[in-house]
Amino acid sequence: MASETDDAADAALLADLRGVLGDRARDNDFERGLYSRDGSIEGSPPAIVCLPTSAEEVAEIVRICRQHRRPFLARGSGTGLAGGAVPVGRPVVVATSKMDRIVEIDTANRIAWVEPGVLNLDLSRALAPKGFHFAPDPSSQQVCSIGGNIANNSGGPHCLAYGVTTAHISALEVVLPSGETTVFGGVDAEPPGFDLRGLFVGSEGTMGIATKAAVRLTPNAPAVRTLLLDFDDVSEGSAAVSAIIAAGLVPSALEMMDQRAIEIVEAFAHAGYPTGAAAVLLVELDGLPGGVNAGVEIVREVAQRHHVGHVRVAADDAERALLWKGRKNAFGAVARIKPDYYLHDTVVPRSRLTEVLEKVYRIADAYGLIAVNVFHAGDGNLHPILAFDRREPGVDERVKAAGRDIVAASIEAGGVLSGEHGIGLEKRDYMGMLFSAHDMYTQDVVRETFDPDGLANPLKIIPTGSRCSDSFHQHVPEGAWV
Amino acid sequence: MSPQSGGGSAPPSEEASTRQPGAGASLAANIAAEVTAFAHEVGSSDPVTVVGAQTHWHVGGRPHAGTREVRAPAGVWEHEPSEMTVRCGAGTTVAELSAHLARTGQMVPLDPADDAATVGGVLACGFSGHRRLRYGHVRDLVLQTRHVDASGKVVTAGGPTVKNVSGYDLARLLVGSLGTLGLLAEVILRTLPVPAASQWLTGDGDPFAVFDLLYRPSSILWDGRRTWILLEGDPADVAAEASKLESAGFGPCDGPPTIPGHGRESRTPSGLRELAGTPGGWIAEVGVGLVHRDEPVQAALVSSTNAALMTQLKQRLDPHDRLNPGRRAW
Repeated sequence: MASETDDAADAALLADLRGVLGDRARDNDFERGLYSRDGSIEGSPPAIVCLPTSAEEVAEIVRICRQHRRPFLARGSGTGLAGGAVPVGRPVVVATSKMDRIVEIDTANRIAWVEPGVLNLDLSRALAPKGFHFAPDPSSQQVCSIGGNIANNSGGPHCLAYGVTTAHISALEVVLPSGETTVFGGVDAEPPGFDLRGLFVGSEGTMGIATKAAVRLTPNAPAVRTLLLDFDDVSEGSAAVSAIIAAGLVPSALEMMDQRAIEIVEAFAHAGYPTGAAAVLLVELDGLPGGVNAGVEIVREVAQRHHVGHVRVAADDAERALLWKGRKNAFGAVARIKPDYYLHDTVVPRSRLTEVLEKVYRIADAYGLIAVNVFHAGDGNLHPILAFDRREPGVDERVKAAGRDIVAASIEAGGVLSGEHGIGLEKRDYMGMLFSAHDMYTQDVVRETFDPDGLANPLKIIPTGSRCSDSFHQHVPEGAWV
Repeated sequence: MSPQSGGGSAPPSEEASTRQPGAGASLAANIAAEVTAFAHEVGSSDPVTVVGAQTHWHVGGRPHAGTREVRAPAGVWEHEPSEMTVRCGAGTTVAELSAHLARTGQMVPLDPADDAATVGGVLACGFSGHRRLRYGHVRDLVLQTRHVDASGKVVTAGGPTVKNVSGYDLARLLVGSLGTLGLLAEVILRTLPVPAASQWLTGDGDPFAVFDLLYRPSSILWDGRRTWILLEGDPADVAAEASKLESAGFGPCDGPPTIPGHGRESRTPSGLRELAGTPGGWIAEVGVGLVHRDEPVQAALVSSTNAALMTQLKQRLDPHDRLNPGRRAW
């Protein structure tokens, strides 16, 4: 709980922030509550919530935070699943939701300058009349922001062929933890010096706050075909994934759902998913028509070798949209079996998918949880959903323990901690499963170059004790899960 | 040229080289003996410069005279075609890597002008090849790096899978850093299928109109008068796109023109238009913004804020300036 000294410090900080932002600096319990959590399972309230409308205001906020030696934390839509936007250390939350302008669409250079609060799908919708889109397409794309995509180096189904967010950011305007504003990268071909842009993308707000981005425009493909394949056996489905890639295809998306996922998604989307199947693959091919049509035949042939049940090729855009509707809303549909869920994110080599999936089921069983699997099979990116009911006593601990076991199983199979959701708080203490102490020390040296005072989203990504830096001696507030 | 050994270099171990990723519990448990030997050779005291094939030895200034030379280990150590990844020593030549991957119909489009260049050299320079328009910057092909730092220790960043956001993206920091922050020892790269068909065309038409006309061509080169276009993909698609170009006055040709190797000028894609009518001796990559020139090009300036950050990074990661002294990435 906050002490009286804390209250006095908060009041002084609020007065300074109000001097810049007026009533867009807020400390009412309702809004502090709103911003206390993201898409992960725990949280703690910030001291103050700020809603800036410009880069200048963001820079002022950071300067004021520095004067008060108070941590600050940028936040987009709060859809992150790893706790990257969970306030730690009574910070000032800098919500970017009012910085939501598409500043310029520059088709000659195939980029758009956008503010961080622009929503992912809104951007692609704005680009559609010009024949372009923004390639990263997280399942949360209707609500997640470009700033959040940058912070987490987000992926999505179509990153299999097009790459994750970092490949789609040319330049970033950033307010550094020092309060200075700068631009990393550039619209030109080879900006000089170290790739600070590449370093910043995925740094989860620990190196500053992005206030504007030049995002790359990807031309819409002339031809798109979407196929739904069903299998009686999960291992046949997984083997088909590897075989499709080995056949020399790079599908634009290659998604898998297990039996439980198929059932809940079908009940919600009525897309005609085969509810009796053990697994379905959703395969999308795009590009010029010749390659796409040849690809459809290759997928069909591979699927038949792996004893596919049915091969359904979407006849038109409406049917394609219906098939995707099920996939993109699968997580929400989990509410049909349990009120709460915890979504994991790990990556394993494609060849180990079957083995790790079996382990996921066994782990969930052992902890009395229900596992549902909907994931980016093409790049080996697992998303096991653990469905649970928060009201059951002790369930949180079981969920976390199961999560840890799933991460360990993935790493044992040659995988990594996170494919696209980031490390945040959730996986911070798992970093040592993957990296050596010296690897993490090196990462922390790089972080400290940007933020020697440890004010930018402290205690995220790098585990406590990687080195003796002051930032790691900060008090972790009650209720924050770290 | 043989490296002057500065430490006890152990002979490469066959067992370590063929080990599967993930056979152990973590990345740190799986360091190849060749990489460890390289770290010993780099040591922790005197200045060192890493030598590849010296195809880009002029970039960023020459290392100080007399600096001890080291060479990163070479060899394609692991290639799993269905994973579309390859693990190799940074000292592997692009020619060796390409030949290895070609056996299974795969490639990594690094595309240096001279394929005697080493993988580590291409990445240290951060120079993409002429197919960047289609395949992106070379940094986007890198999944995991292992480098030897100024203290002679091995640092792993990124991960072996095709998708990964575990920790800071130090791999991107290293690409283009000319070995001044760490010496690349081993990389895991993403591979791609070799396109089924490939065709160069040339003609006098407007390259910017070509850029708008085609869906994701692999390369558009322009010397101010003539345009060269590379189409790659399914044979039917290449034929259809080629016929579009033929109706615009382009015809097939054997390959690209010789691309000048001395200067790289960085422009915006639209900024290339200003080159029309300027004297020859250059080839531009349309859609990318790069201009290759016969003569060296003055590097663009870095803002004082960014220069301060870069200087700080260098000082913190290499406090005694022992990694490639004399070279500058900006």
